[in-house]
Amino acid sequence: MTVRPEYDELTIGVVALQGSFAKHAFSMGKLGIKCRAVREPEDLKLIDALILPGGESTTMTLLLEEEGLWEPMNVVLETMPVFGTCAGAILLGQQVDDERVHCFNKIDYKAERNAYGRQIESFKTSLIIPTMLDHDFEAIFIRAPKFREIKPTVQSLAVFGADPVLMRQDNVLVASFHPELTEDSGIHKYFVDEIVLKSR
Amino acid sequence: MTNELFEVKTGLAEMLKGGVIMDVTTPEQAKIAEQAGAVAVMALERIPADIRRDGGIARASDPKMIKEIQQAVSIPVMAKCRIGHFAEAQILEALEIDYIDESEVLTPADEANHIWKHDFKTPFVCGATNLAEALRRIGEGAALIRTKGEPGTGNIVEAVRHMRTITTEMANLSILRTDELMAAAKNMGAPYHLVAQVAKTGKLPVPNFSAGGIATPADASLMMQLGAETIFVGSGIFKSEDSEAMAKAIVQAATFYDKPEKLAEISEGLGKAMKGLDMIEINPEDRMQDRGW
Repeated sequence: MTVRPEYDELTIGVVALQGSFAKHAFSMGKLGIKCRAVREPEDLKLIDALILPGGESTTMTLLLEEEGLWEPMNVVLETMPVFGTCAGAILLGQQVDDERVHCFNKIDYKAERNAYGRQIESFKTSLIIPTMLDHDFEAIFIRAPKFREIKPTVQSLAVFGADPVLMRQDNVLVASFHPELTEDSGIHKYFVDEIVLKSR
Repeated sequence: MTNELFEVKTGLAEMLKGGVIMDVTTPEQAKIAEQAGAVAVMALERIPADIRRDGGIARASDPKMIKEIQQAVSIPVMAKCRIGHFAEAQILEALEIDYIDESEVLTPADEANHIWKHDFKTPFVCGATNLAEALRRIGEGAALIRTKGEPGTGNIVEAVRHMRTITTEMANLSILRTDELMAAAKNMGAPYHLVAQVAKTGKLPVPNFSAGGIATPADASLMMQLGAETIFVGSGIFKSEDSEAMAKAIVQAATFYDKPEKLAEISEGLGKAMKGLDMIEINPEDRMQDRGW
């Protein structure tokens, strides 16, 4: 994979309260892009884009609110590109079937948590992402959500069965699976090249 | 396929990182844990401190109680089976438990063999006191390792010993020449391919968590700074004076483990932590960490 000179100027923030944040930083690192852990509101001032990682959406909701990150993030995300995976994708939606989890309302769908079932129903599969990659993407789904009432404003980039699993709405990219758990940094590269750099 | 399944098993452990997994005995406790921000709960009939006090044979929990806890919360639910008791593990898998802990806290069912965990679709976590033990468990299919510590004591000293031992032994492997690794594997009593992998990467091939004796936010911070990626708290929460406050504080400590000013704030006014036990108060035959082979 080619390292672009523009990458040097970028810092991607990864919300590092709980979950797979280190894996996201590793995926970006492979592209030669530096990341910054976001745990306090001041961290938001030093980044060009944000990643909301996988983890437990109940825990993340609590910690985001407790640490006073929720409101500043909500404001920053009006314009800042954001990539959410699994729990992160749930938090970015309009609504979720669980009152313990809150949403930023940055992409037009409603999320259903653990929609495939418990861990025993977790799986790995090959996805075709025609607009993004010239090869199949090995996607790992862990207690994954599904998305309902998806509005036409949302572009589906990949489906599994009948369900969109990778979507985009303007500067918001979401996956119900975990691109950060796979060797392939292709989706991270798309986020940077097509969303982060083009929004500058 | 085996490899593929293994990535899915370790995948859930990746999602639990930077979090706290709490022992709970009732649906009410499970809800308290979830509201405090636990990333998962461990459903068991008695917490380790009570198992230690009561004596007798400790077995896997009643499926009814496990189901009630599964219904009470939306976070992953783990449960324990006895070492080597693959029938208990099969029952837990039938209940769709998210992670099975083949645990030294329960009375071992087999004095030579652990469960062949590759046979299960459900991921397993196992305890370890040193690197060889960790690698034998991973060889059998464990997708997550935790320090054993000494469960039910509220005493962090053994968890520290185990984490430091594992870390030092990994560092020692990483300086060996390739032609020294077979002898190292032989001397350690660990599978060669895993020894070679650790020598190359300098870390365990699966996530590395800590359990056994964590009772305060500072304990959680200590274990995270020593290399733990997530914290299991057993008796430390529901044996403390103010369980809700303690649960919440330990959750925050797992996130801000490297920020002392923040930890000072978090640790303030939590009431009494669990009383705890000094190691010299425990008979050698009652040490849970020596169970497992």
